[in-house]
Amino acid sequence: MAFVFFSYFAVVSIVAGILVVSLKHPVQCGLALLALLLHVSGLFIMLNAEFLWAVQVIVYAGAILVLYLFVLMLLNLKTDDRYFHAKTPYLLAPAALGLLYLLFSLAQSPFRGAKGDATPTAILQSGDAHAIGIKMFSEYLLQFEIIGVFLTGAIVGAIVLAKAPKSIETRRDA
Amino acid sequence: MIPLSAYVAVSAVLFATGLLGVLIRRNFIIVLMSVEIILNAATINLVAFSHYLDSMQGQIVALFIIAIAAGEAAIGLAIIIVVFRGKISTNVDEMNLLKW
Repeated sequence: MAFVFFSYFAVVSIVAGILVVSLKHPVQCGLALLALLLHVSGLFIMLNAEFLWAVQVIVYAGAILVLYLFVLMLLNLKTDDRYFHAKTPYLLAPAALGLLYLLFSLAQSPFRGAKGDATPTAILQSGDAHAIGIKMFSEYLLQFEIIGVFLTGAIVGAIVLAKAPKSIETRRDA
Repeated sequence: MIPLSAYVAVSAVLFATGLLGVLIRRNFIIVLMSVEIILNAATINLVAFSHYLDSMQGQIVALFIIAIAAGEAAIGLAIIIVVFRGKISTNVDEMNLLKW
């Protein structure tokens, strides 16, 4: 049963990723990206990461993707007929070869490492969100604060970049 | 039980797809979407290793990745709006001036 769900989420997310890269119209690409994000969140459920599933659906599909679609519809871009880069045919073969090499080296890796203490039974006792919260606000507090400062800087930077410089001048003239 | 390598393979394929999208698409917004695909591939990898190695660290770094993706989307889209306001095409191969 788990295999059926895994293969569904994996195949659909890969197909949606290929559609994002290959579809012509940007809004269709955005909707394919939505399908990819939702199915990746399904993979998170398969991996017992319920909190990340919720964050993925709320932040990625709910906020980031809506931002993309807003900008797409705001700008009303017209797509050229030639929507791939001119050197695309030369890039496809190296990309396929690189992917094959990546999968080949993955197949040889033993994937062993030091086991931690967060076993599935230990997480199930208090829940995934509780386990993440305890770890985040004790060991990773500094990183958490840095992310907060980063997001504040990103918001300020986005506002400074996107605000219209001309409109202030015209208001002063009037 | 699904092996860890299956998740890592899915992540590798998604990463290659996103990298190809960054390289071959002309529309800047689609390039940013491909970057999101790459970040999602990294997140799958982190969460899969976090699950199979019984550690919480991967999930926490995955949360940080999602926060960074949000910041990157905001800044990238603001840059697109500025470029579009300057009557310059949003195709990446036609954006060749830092000043206009």
